[in-house]
Amino acid sequence: MNGLLSLLIFLPVAGALVLLFFPREKTKAIMYVTTVISGIEFAISLPLWMEEGFRKSGDFFFRENFEWIPSLGARYSLGVDGIAALLILLTTLLTFISVYSSFTAITKREKEYYAFLLLLEAGMVGVFCALDFFLFYVFWEVMLVPMYFLIGVWGGPRKLYAAIKFFLYTLVGSVVMLLAIIALYFFNTTGLLWWRGLGNAPTFDIVHYHAIANQIPADLQIWLFWAFFLGFAIKVPMFPFHTWLPDAHVEAPTAGSVILAGVLLKMGTYGFLRFSLPICPSASQTAWVQGAVVALALVGIVYGSLVAMVQPDMKKLVAYSSVAHLGYVMLGFFALNHAGLQGGMLQSINHGLSTGGLFLLVGIVYERRHTRMISEYGGLSGVMPVYATLFMIILLASIGLPTLNGFIGEFTILQGAFLTNWRWAAVGALGIVLGAAYMLWLYQRVFFGEIKNDANKALEDVNVREILTIVPLIAICFWIGLYPKPFFEITAKSTGKIVTTLSVAAAGGAPAKVVPAPAASAVPVAPESPAAAAAAAVPAAVAEK
Amino acid sequence: MGGFPFPLTDLWALLPELFLTQASLFLLVWASVLPREKEGLIARLSLLTLAATLVLVFVSAELAGPLPRTACAGMFVLDRFSVFFKVLILLACAVTILFSLKFVGRSPYPGGEYYGLILFSAVGMLFMASGIHLVSIYIALETMALAQYVLAGYFKRESKSLEAAAKYFVLGAFSSGILLYGLSLVYGATGSLALSEVAGAFSKGTPTALLVVGVILVACGLLFKVASAPFHVWAPDVYEGAPTPVTAFFSVAPKVAAYAIFARIFFGGFGPGAGDWTMIIAASAALTMIVGNVGALMQTNVKRLLGYSSISHAGYALLGLLAYGTDFGLWAILVYLLAYTLMNLGAFGLVVLLEARGYATESVDDFNGLSKKNPWAAAAMTLFLLSLAGIPPTAGFIGKYYLFSAAMKAGWFWLTLLAVLMSAVSLFYYFRIARAMYLVEGDGELRWREEPAVSAAIAFCVAGTLGMGILPQPFVRFAQSCLLK
Repeated sequence: MNGLLSLLIFLPVAGALVLLFFPREKTKAIMYVTTVISGIEFAISLPLWMEEGFRKSGDFFFRENFEWIPSLGARYSLGVDGIAALLILLTTLLTFISVYSSFTAITKREKEYYAFLLLLEAGMVGVFCALDFFLFYVFWEVMLVPMYFLIGVWGGPRKLYAAIKFFLYTLVGSVVMLLAIIALYFFNTTGLLWWRGLGNAPTFDIVHYHAIANQIPADLQIWLFWAFFLGFAIKVPMFPFHTWLPDAHVEAPTAGSVILAGVLLKMGTYGFLRFSLPICPSASQTAWVQGAVVALALVGIVYGSLVAMVQPDMKKLVAYSSVAHLGYVMLGFFALNHAGLQGGMLQSINHGLSTGGLFLLVGIVYERRHTRMISEYGGLSGVMPVYATLFMIILLASIGLPTLNGFIGEFTILQGAFLTNWRWAAVGALGIVLGAAYMLWLYQRVFFGEIKNDANKALEDVNVREILTIVPLIAICFWIGLYPKPFFEITAKSTGKIVTTLSVAAAGGAPAKVVPAPAASAVPVAPESPAAAAAAAVPAAVAEK
Repeated sequence: MGGFPFPLTDLWALLPELFLTQASLFLLVWASVLPREKEGLIARLSLLTLAATLVLVFVSAELAGPLPRTACAGMFVLDRFSVFFKVLILLACAVTILFSLKFVGRSPYPGGEYYGLILFSAVGMLFMASGIHLVSIYIALETMALAQYVLAGYFKRESKSLEAAAKYFVLGAFSSGILLYGLSLVYGATGSLALSEVAGAFSKGTPTALLVVGVILVACGLLFKVASAPFHVWAPDVYEGAPTPVTAFFSVAPKVAAYAIFARIFFGGFGPGAGDWTMIIAASAALTMIVGNVGALMQTNVKRLLGYSSISHAGYALLGLLAYGTDFGLWAILVYLLAYTLMNLGAFGLVVLLEARGYATESVDDFNGLSKKNPWAAAAMTLFLLSLAGIPPTAGFIGKYYLFSAAMKAGWFWLTLLAVLMSAVSLFYYFRIARAMYLVEGDGELRWREEPAVSAAIAFCVAGTLGMGILPQPFVRFAQSCLLK
């Protein structure tokens, strides 16, 4: 199936170009064509789920590798492991749903809207596929532009402010990350001012950097770690870098919020798994670094939950709940053990499903009433019973009720956190209680009681198209909740590989003095790399789950 | 005629310059006897002249013998480095003429001399690119500058244009004086004006106080010419007041040419054994990036905004000078100038198409609603803005990547950090234009010109900006093959 990833990246681009040639008035045709394209995109991403290789090794599959900028050593290099595959599936599914959820919500400049959605999808898939730092950075930045316009053109009253705030926050993080990439690049070749280099051929190959991670001096790793951290933590977003998120979420159109919460935030967590932990393993395990990140994650959980509780606006409430949920993900990652990583990864997916679902549901009543204020509603369960049921299921998934996905993710994360430090788990568990509190209180105020507002008396229940936007998410929520094994399995080997890198570093794998490695060829091929070999030897106890 | 100071075969190396000089003189004289309505002919012939000169640049590089070919008793050199700059300069001049066709044609000012002046300043700039002797560099610089002072004030009944010309002239003459004084001190200290001999004197022992002062003054003079802080104050006023195509020209061509001599003097002449000047350049780079970007934040006039933006870009390019000693530094400058030429000319092209309410009043609000009126123009402008801000996949990103990595490599971490943060800041003001085009509803009064010549030039810049962003290899290879040996 070579070329699949390129197809996944360029099909939406081609789709967007096709849309440009549609007459502006043919909005129906534009909608249907986009739905078909994103549907095909989802369908052709399914082989990623079927691939058995992910369940057998943490290597990269579906590799594509072509020369791109030989003068720099940058290559057009694609490949996915289980982590990336799962996130790509989430991306294509949520984009598909977002497209047909927008049919009635978007009533102006439809052509540009759907073209931007498709371009955004291409950028997001590219981020998860890229195995070359340069290429990764290109996709990482490219995807900001369509999102800026999605918020800025089709957003709410404060869209101009929210759009540029989103762009600037993310950009500041990314440019600092770029410095880390440049520093790594030079360290790999001839060196930097204070650090003698390894003398390798210039390359941006991410697999190569995974392999040399333990040759990077610890003090350089600390700098790299924080530079990457800034880029990813803003994206996640971790407290205190989260302030762009409520603005962007509240002002974005429904589909924009779904993709923002569902996928864009996952690019930050993906960054930690793909770069921060495996490339700076000894820095990540330094006590104060780990402690600082976990502290921010815990503050995010508690603070996000408490702020969510007092929000009068449903979308803002969900936005702050994202801060709390992503705090869990980061807590899991920085427990730095296999359970934590696995749980954090699964919780990333869970958050995409449940929060994406909540945004869709809020969007449905918003289209009917043009308000998201909780105080405007009440007693909706009487007039919109189907809607109330769907909302309840997604809400319980978000809270983490057993049999639904959130429970599995949070449980595994807390297990991982407990193994490292029981106090972290204790604070984390507090967040679950708070989560149940603000979510159930929201449900009570919106759906129970008498209908006080006359405008709500004649509300129509959800139609078939709207049900179809929610049902796939609910189905997967139950799937993960009842039988999470395939979801754990697909990422187990990749996360196991990270754990191996971490334990090698902990065992003194990071030499104080840098030993120049034999000059590698410009493109080290993945499957034979030392890290892969080490991952194959992960103790069964670690790889199990 | 035994007294001729150099063999006549040297003239092969000067072929493009000789041709361009003759052709511009001819066109200037002819223009003065042609009626006003025929001035389009002069413009077309000027374009043709530039194209022929471009061909001759490559022809002479083939015919003049093995490169680098020194000519005219060590005053002039034809090497790949100069070829690179000549290509950029001729390109910038040609695009400027395309921008000017209608702009000057519909103004009350006769266009014949206008094109002649552009060609004359091109002559000066070509000689700048090839100068390896402090006297020939200085004379070339003045040839360029004199023509440009007149161009700035070409719309002579507009007070803003006159103001621009006066400021440009006074400050330009002042900076030339400083430069000249610096050159004379360098001469006094080293006993030579040829860059290779100056370099020889530098490599011997510690520099004297005389030499240090000379280097500082030369640096100040050149920083004036590239509009770097603290010598930048003239730039926004001149850029605002000059006719828009001339502003486009000023923001690119003279800067490119000034960077050519900057690199020649500092890499070739002051290079070995005089690392101290990097502190001056570093301080100026930092200040320039801050002043340019912060200054642009508050501008509402598009030409001033782009003026401040081009100040900040001069600051980024200085980073490449700091990476002296590595090939990466000069390479980064070349890649960046290539990107900058394409994207900055493109952005100004769209300002030329914008019909303002009065002379030099183009404001950000004038772009309101452009995306509905002319989606292609809005998309092109967005591309240029992204490129200027350094967002991939555009030429600007590749250029900045090279500069930032060159500065990192040379150990200037704090400066690189400042540069990336400032380039994030720059997005804010660039996207005020994008915001006006896409997010703000126009009041239906948007006046937009349709000019095929300008559109063609913009399309060329779009192709270059996007092409260099997506497939940079041929562009960076070309730049790499043109480094100073």
